[in-house]
Amino acid sequence: MDTNIATSNLKSEDYFINMGPQHPATHGVLRLLLTIDGEIIKKVEPDLGYIHRSIEKMCERDSYQQIVHLTDRMDYLSSHINNEAVCLTVENALQLEIPERVKVIRTIIGELTRIASHTLWWGVMGMDVGALTTYFYGFRDRELINDIFEETCGARLTMNYNIPGGLMFDIHPNFVKRTKEFIAHFKTKLPEYDRLLTGNVIFQKRMKGVGILTKEDAISFGASGPVGRGSGYSCDVRKHHPYSALDKVTFKEVLRTEGDSLARYEVRIQEMWESMSIIEQLIDNIPEGDVQVATNAVIKLPKGEFYQKVETARGELGVYVISTGTKNPYRLKFRSPGFSNLSLLNHIAVGGKIGDLVASMATLDIVVPDIDR
Amino acid sequence: MSYFGDIAKGIKTLLTGMSVTGKYFLTSRKGAITQQYPDNRETLKMFERFRGEVVMPHDESNEHRCTGCQKCELACPNGSIEIIWDRQIDAETGKKKKMIDQHIYHLGMCTMCGLCIEACPTDAIVWAQNFENSVYDRSYLTKVLNKPESKVKAGIED
Repeated sequence: MDTNIATSNLKSEDYFINMGPQHPATHGVLRLLLTIDGEIIKKVEPDLGYIHRSIEKMCERDSYQQIVHLTDRMDYLSSHINNEAVCLTVENALQLEIPERVKVIRTIIGELTRIASHTLWWGVMGMDVGALTTYFYGFRDRELINDIFEETCGARLTMNYNIPGGLMFDIHPNFVKRTKEFIAHFKTKLPEYDRLLTGNVIFQKRMKGVGILTKEDAISFGASGPVGRGSGYSCDVRKHHPYSALDKVTFKEVLRTEGDSLARYEVRIQEMWESMSIIEQLIDNIPEGDVQVATNAVIKLPKGEFYQKVETARGELGVYVISTGTKNPYRLKFRSPGFSNLSLLNHIAVGGKIGDLVASMATLDIVVPDIDR
Repeated sequence: MSYFGDIAKGIKTLLTGMSVTGKYFLTSRKGAITQQYPDNRETLKMFERFRGEVVMPHDESNEHRCTGCQKCELACPNGSIEIIWDRQIDAETGKKKKMIDQHIYHLGMCTMCGLCIEACPTDAIVWAQNFENSVYDRSYLTKVLNKPESKVKAGIED
């Protein structure tokens, strides 16, 4: 009789675990199906669809003015830049001449949006790796930007300040003063971010060499934004295809070659300095003039296909419109940065620990409504 | 040696971070941005452009500026505005004129995009700054913006 029958039938199986859809580190309703071996990750499968609202289909129903407010609800942390993308697409298709004042204001608010998004990311990322203080510090500075938005646009998050042909109304008289105050304030606070978190030895150990993405992989996965630039892939749309007033300003494209979580972190911190420099170059000489050009009440795009890309806080957002000459688009496709950046999560997390997955995911800076739409 | 060196470096970075938090611990009252809501209800003032809800201002003689042109209804992306109108005989000219019966606003469906107010040619609807919109029943969110017995101000044409 075989005495080893019990042990010879033993076989090892993979262990599956759900991370999310209500996990705090997934920043929304994202479900990750992890295949793990002990603490080592063997596979990460993102499961989407929990916050799908069929925004692209709703765009086919709405007029071009109405589409703009739907894009607020995609990447809600850079809603102004999303609005700008749709407006630029429509304006380019209609070949409208946009006043300089509109271009400058759009760029200033866009860069403020980027700083607001990065401060929120910095706070939440610190919380993901176990430093709760950063959360309060990040939100403290973001609050001041939100006040600027609220005073000028009327809303803090879903601003809907752009319309095809310009801006909905002129900036508030306090806008310039408040923005300057914020820049002066934030210049003293951003070095604090470095002293509090960047140099911290625990944080360095969590970040350095974790979630490495090579430049070749970044390109083949379609990574964009700080994720691509952390791997040395020069992909800043603002630099390569400038839109609005970005061709008038000088700024540096921040690049790091390490490709790990710390590189992506440093890219975002440096980008906040660059955004502040862009705002400083523009804020003192906002040209006078109208903030709208007259468009027809019913906008009809000419027949054809139109594409416009912009750099949101997360990467490259593309808006692709097919028009048949009617008042609605025949098809409207958003190329969202979050979707491409999420697709490489499996690649950079396999072989690491579960804690490293949280750190990698925090530095990818995904916003789930942007991925699901 | 590097073992003790690492410990010293770790303590140094921790103290650097704690110097930041310690500074705020000692000066927390200065520069605090948190608000004591709802205790500060009397002093809390929203910005004048804040989008709380759509309202229709009436003057003291119960007259509004809405002509019933339905441009807001067309501009609304999600059907939050319904206008019930008919043609009534204008008392002054004796001609039949389009007048609103009810300007219905569904606050529960509104996304605060502001397109209706942008579209209004007579500035009949504006943003109100109140934001405490929670109610106990969904039906309270459907509002009739024009007051009963109100009529359009004389001389307002779209």
